[in-house]
Amino acid sequence: MPRFPKPPEGSWTEHYPELGTGPVSYEDSISPEYFEREKEAIFKRAWLNVGRVEQLPRVGSYFTKDIKAAHASIVVARDKAGEVRAFHNMCRHRGNKLVWTEDPKNESQGVCRQFTCKYHGWRYDLDGSLTFIQQEGEFFDVDRSQWGLAPVHCEVWAGFIFVNFSREPSQSLREFLGPMVTDLEGYPFERMTARFGYSTTVGANWKLFMDAFAEFYHAPVLHGNQSPEKYSKAAVQAGFEAPHYQIERPHRLVSTSGVRFWEMDADMIKPMEAMTRGGLFGPWDKAELGEMPKGLNPAKCDPWGLDSFQLFPNFVILIWSQGWYLTYHYWPTSHNTHVFEGNVYFLPATNVRDRISQEMSAVTFKEFALQDANTLEATQMMLETRYVDRFLLGDQEILCRHLHAEVRDWIDTYEGASR
Amino acid sequence: MSALLPAEFADLEPFAAKWCLPTEPERYGTRLASTTEQMQVFYDAITPRLEDVLAYLEKLPYDALPDDATNLLCLLYSMIQASFPVEIWRQPKVPDTGATSFDCFVEPVP
Ligand code: FES
Ligand SMILES: [Fe+2]
Repeated sequence: MPRFPKPPEGSWTEHYPELGTGPVSYEDSISPEYFEREKEAIFKRAWLNVGRVEQLPRVGSYFTKDIKAAHASIVVARDKAGEVRAFHNMCRHRGNKLVWTEDPKNESQGVCRQFTCKYHGWRYDLDGSLTFIQQEGEFFDVDRSQWGLAPVHCEVWAGFIFVNFSREPSQSLREFLGPMVTDLEGYPFERMTARFGYSTTVGANWKLFMDAFAEFYHAPVLHGNQSPEKYSKAAVQAGFEAPHYQIERPHRLVSTSGVRFWEMDADMIKPMEAMTRGGLFGPWDKAELGEMPKGLNPAKCDPWGLDSFQLFPNFVILIWSQGWYLTYHYWPTSHNTHVFEGNVYFLPATNVRDRISQEMSAVTFKEFALQDANTLEATQMMLETRYVDRFLLGDQEILCRHLHAEVRDWIDTYEGASR
Repeated sequence: MSALLPAEFADLEPFAAKWCLPTEPERYGTRLASTTEQMQVFYDAITPRLEDVLAYLEKLPYDALPDDATNLLCLLYSMIQASFPVEIWRQPKVPDTGATSFDCFVEPVP
């Protein structure tokens, strides 16, 4: 007997009939050739989040970003008019990488008044225009206005900076995000500037790690040893059910119900959680953020734990009911490796008690993520043996099913159109 | 050698040189390089003092903590790090995570 009502069709999966209910293959996660197709059809076409506006606090602030899956390396900067712009990080003279420090293979960030090429000293304004050519008289009929940095489509939504590598994006960022996501407008992302950022290289396909954060079916089992035995036993006994799933292509959402740790018996929680009043679900004392946007907890689950908005292709915004949020990025570097970045955002603490609740929450997040990541390498390793290629997905794994289907659809659509 | 912590917390001074670390990579690295038994001793010493530490720090302006108070706060962050092995796993690293790492590259200060 389900704890939460399912859609009239009998399951979440059947509510979205195009997904089917049959076994799936993960050939899409072990094939170098498939990854090449994903690059062309997805990473060079979809809007990709590369950061937040707080990373560019003033005029001249910049950061560089290497996006292997789009075969691109860009610089994102705030120009003199205050606009956020993105360019291919390449000098128009002879193609040198324009902005880097020490090692051109590493990403960098900082503040500058203009970009100066390290090779022959050509200079570019923050808006990308070419302003200076060393010994300009030696060149032939150069119209400097034609030789600015090559721009990358760049748009900002709710403080999140997105880029798009297609020549002409088929949709604006807003259209791409759609109402399920844009209805989050009004959430105070811009005030939540206390940030813990983590990154790691994972030996698994990017989609497999997205899958790991797209279902919580694994949580009571894989993360059982994160809690006192009594809690873990009860959690496995109960299993996991989400009260709400939603798919608005190409994105997807899961809402979970809340757990009131602060009402639990002492033997169900870790002593440090009680001491710091923080843990996996965040600070026990909820941050007061004011009125929430209508897009948050859209099914009005009560009690409500979190919303995980999984934005196609590789970006997740996870908002907790306790007044904090996370972002995940999965940047593929090959068919079986990717760089995972997780960021944890809180309102800046104004006292030590809030601060240690936040510390406990962030440290707990890391310990869980370490377990998630390691399991992934074990999965990748076995899938690559190719002895088995049909696998089952339950109804609580509907979002895993959708991600792989969405990827396949983008590839089919792109390859169909260019055929 | 001059004390790292305020005089009221002289009893925690023996742990200060090892655990008053300003960044997560330092604290986490020290955790991995310690035994559960060493962390148990630290945990047993600091947790009964937690309320006193918080009461002391709360009297100071949070956005302008003096150095010895900042050290004390860092010691609490290390207490949190040490609590995971001590309370549940009895080993420095979360079980079944092999060579996996997750590196903290930015965190709030203090
Ligand atoms: S390549 Fe940049 S100035 Fe020559
Ligand atoms: Fe997990």
